[in-house]
Amino acid sequence: MSDVPDAVIVGAGVVGAACAYYASRAGLTVTVVDRGSVAAGTTGAGEGNLLVSDKEAGPELDLALLSTRLWRELAETLPPEIEYERKGGLVVAPDGAALTALRDFARGQAAAGVETHEIPADRLGDLEPHLAPGLAGGFLYPQDAQVQPAMAAAQLLRAARADVRLGQEVTGVLTDRRGAVRGVRTPRGDLHAPAVVNATGTWGAALAELAGVKLPVRPRRGFVLVTEPLPPGLVRHKVYAADYIADVASGSADLQSSAVVEGTPAGTVLIGATRERVGFDRTLSTEALRRLAAQATALFPVLSGVRAIRAYHGFRPYLPDHLPAIGADPRVPGLYHACGHEGAGIGLAPATGLLVAAALRGERPPLDTGPLRPDRFDDTEGDAW
Amino acid sequence: MTADLAVVGAGPAGLAAAATAARLGLRVTLLDAAERPGGQIHRHPAGGPVPRAARRLTRRLPYAPGGRAGTSAPGRAGAPRASAASRDRDRVTYLPGHHVWTVARDGDTWLLHAVAGVDEEPAVVRARAVLLATGAHERQLPFPGWTLPGVVGAGGAQAMLKGGLALPGRRVVVAGSGPLLLAVATTLAAAGARVPALVEAADYTAYARHAAALARNPAKLVQGALHGGALLGRGTRLLTRHAVTAAHGTARVEAVTVTGLDADWRPVPGTGRRIPCDALAVGHGLVPQLELATGLGCATRRTPDGTPALEVDAGQRTSVPGVWAAGETCGVGGAELAETEGEIAALSVTGRTSAALARRRARLRAFADAMAAAHRPGPGWTDWLDGTTEVCRCEEVTAATIREAVDGLGARDARSVKLLTRAGMGWCQGRVCGPAVARLAGHDPAPDRRPLSCPVPLSQLAQPPGAER
Ligand SMILES: Cc1cc2nc3c(=O)[nH]c(=O)nc-3n(C[C@H](O)[C@H](O)[C@H](O)COP(=O)(O)OP(=O)(O)OC[C@H]3O[C@@H](n4cnc5c(N)ncnc54)[C@H](O)[C@@H]3O)c2cc1C
Ligand SMILES: Cc1cc2nc3c(=O)[nH]c(=O)nc-3n(C[C@H](O)[C@H](O)[C@H](O)COP(=O)(O)OP(=O)(O)OC[C@H]3O[C@@H](n4cnc5c(N)ncnc54)[C@H](O)[C@@H]3O)c2cc1C
Repeated sequence: MSDVPDAVIVGAGVVGAACAYYASRAGLTVTVVDRGSVAAGTTGAGEGNLLVSDKEAGPELDLALLSTRLWRELAETLPPEIEYERKGGLVVAPDGAALTALRDFARGQAAAGVETHEIPADRLGDLEPHLAPGLAGGFLYPQDAQVQPAMAAAQLLRAARADVRLGQEVTGVLTDRRGAVRGVRTPRGDLHAPAVVNATGTWGAALAELAGVKLPVRPRRGFVLVTEPLPPGLVRHKVYAADYIADVASGSADLQSSAVVEGTPAGTVLIGATRERVGFDRTLSTEALRRLAAQATALFPVLSGVRAIRAYHGFRPYLPDHLPAIGADPRVPGLYHACGHEGAGIGLAPATGLLVAAALRGERPPLDTGPLRPDRFDDTEGDAW
Repeated sequence: MTADLAVVGAGPAGLAAAATAARLGLRVTLLDAAERPGGQIHRHPAGGPVPRAARRLTRRLPYAPGGRAGTSAPGRAGAPRASAASRDRDRVTYLPGHHVWTVARDGDTWLLHAVAGVDEEPAVVRARAVLLATGAHERQLPFPGWTLPGVVGAGGAQAMLKGGLALPGRRVVVAGSGPLLLAVATTLAAAGARVPALVEAADYTAYARHAAALARNPAKLVQGALHGGALLGRGTRLLTRHAVTAAHGTARVEAVTVTGLDADWRPVPGTGRRIPCDALAVGHGLVPQLELATGLGCATRRTPDGTPALEVDAGQRTSVPGVWAAGETCGVGGAELAETEGEIAALSVTGRTSAALARRRARLRAFADAMAAAHRPGPGWTDWLDGTTEVCRCEEVTAATIREAVDGLGARDARSVKLLTRAGMGWCQGRVCGPAVARLAGHDPAPDRRPLSCPVPLSQLAQPPGAER
């Protein structure tokens, strides 16, 4: 029996990798299975913002604050290639009304433990010399950080010393006569384990279905623009306009956008991202790019003359209440979920891993996981999204 | 104005399609990134005359040979005595210097977004149907020293000479794989260079296995033999089953090491020899340029040399209704095949077929497939890399870094290698290193995905939908 791991984790995105990392740190043996490469899913299409600034007080912010601490620890442990940087976020308000709303929002965050500093209009230039003139003011969030998502996932997985099986699709969840999980099926054979963790991100609904349960994860598409390399220091923080916060929280299927602009160590500037629910449509939306470019050049007029050399898109794992599903599934003994993090899965990965490790060991989680219960959509009638 | 047909690419395929479509009465808009028509094979100096072979194709363009491209002469369409050619010309709007960065669906028409001219102005063309004839680019397989000055692409050297530019050197080794090498060596020799060796990784005897296809293409055989003969007469050594496995020099290439290969293109130990030279023209065949098509969701197939190309039906239709393709985008096969496919595509857009053209295409395609199979890069070529060889030049990513991503970090394809190493994230967006990176990850390359076909100014992206050409 010694070659049967304590858990099989399905998905080698950043969330699956973090689950493997914290599970193995907790003394468990895990096997990680992915149908593609490490970070082949949404993790490879994400931007790597570790944000507290865009989250209002509540369960997601609590997860984000826990993750902020954990990312800091990880940055000490994992190799520098993960490109962890605490560069801080700067949220700007175009006018007085937006500034008032932002102030309220920040007050709630501060009460929940977020560090915030109001920056008057005439001091914005000290933080970001190329910012457009005429903004009403803004807030600085020093805890906002960033990481290179694919590399972070790969290094977490490597540090987990897990048995990693790539290029193997899970096609079935095995259960015993009493309905408890006993492993997964792949075209290359069955993998037995008393626990299975669903870390399949945007494909989480399909994996849940293999286990006979409903979990309504849906894709929410996002586009990102990447510029040609620019001199360092052109954009110093993660800068975005206050209306981004409304977009994140919105459940609308329509195209929404509020460009977060930031520089990278390679010199390119990333502009992202849009949000729209159009299924897995992979065709380019010129309207999405238009909005990103318009918003970025409005924030930083110097970018008008700069070229985009690349655009990419990904599909965020969206759950109707914008919260991930984390923990044991009461409907199927041995089934655990760690998916549905929408646009924050990179940031929330470590906290998710820690919660899943605790759940696997039957320990009390470090924070209240009630709002993240995987079976919370059972009463939802039909399929309205 | 909505064009009946927008053609992207003014190489043999696009020109033939535009001319045929105009003859059939369609209003055609022809866009090409280059300033001059003719595509890769009919490169010619700016301001110089259009090469004779291309004139047949450009005659029906609103384009004055030897002069600058112009717009069509106004008001001629209705003139009773206008010649057929000038009538067709009036139906073609030719837009040189227009790089199409994406094609987007808009209701039941298509919008082609382009970056136009040196000032990178925005241009949008609306059309009822689209024909993609974007050709191919050269495949490069890296080797130690390939980034030295004096190492140039074989097709690139050819294009430079045709474009009226200087020889890359006086003593030029030509190496790589594919029929283009013979043409390149001949052109270099004719222009006065010494070509000490023509180094071909495949083996022409592989052609013998496809004797049927080759025998049906006597013109090609004769052309090939002529090229070979002309070269051998001038002291060029033909080394098949060999590759340049290293280029040496400090400020510039001074010599190359040529090594024998086994059937998988693995270097055979102990067979290396040095050949002094001051330039190396190297290329390993051509790779179809697919990003506009994959951006639209067009299905691809794998050609016998392992490269993705567009899947088209008998009428050159792609899997996306309203989008046709012709020429090297559908599989590398030479200018004659490209032209034939262009004509077939234009006929098909208007609901017509031609049995004669279909027969010619079948014959040329069989020949192209035979050549592709013979020159398919063997997987063993990666053995001639050393760890420090830069595979991605834009981002300076070495072979060792890529191997570490594959063996140690869980990358299994070019995309995940890119995410973990930045190989392919630079200016060329993986056009140069893509096939090599895929092979290092253990696979044949996947169809390119490049949502922006070229860099686009943010100011242009930010513009609201507006005026169309
Ligand atoms: C444009 C964009 C920008 C973003 N920016 C940010 C950001 O700045 N900050 C942030 O925190 N988040 C961001 N996100 C969100 C973030 O990328 C995701 O929340 C996160 O990557 C989800 O990680 P995951 O591991 O759950 O899923 P994934 O990375 O998708 O991993 C799931 C894995 O499961 C595998 N899989 C699925 N089904 C099976 C099966 N049946 N068998 C085997 N394997 C299977 C897949 O191959 C995949 O590798 C962004 C997303 C997008 C699209
Ligand atoms: C570098 C090079 C040199 C070659 N030299 C020879 C030779 O000497 N002899 C020989 O027999 N064959 C040669 N070939 C092969 C020959 O080019 C082809 O057989 C033939 O030209 C194919 O015709 P085509 O119309 O399919 O494509 P091409 O001739 O390649 O034409 C494609 C056209 O599309 C345009 N284009 C591509 N993408 C876009 C875009 N997004 N927007 C706008 N325009 C676009 C390009 O500018 C180009 O003009 C060469 C190929 C290459 C790549």
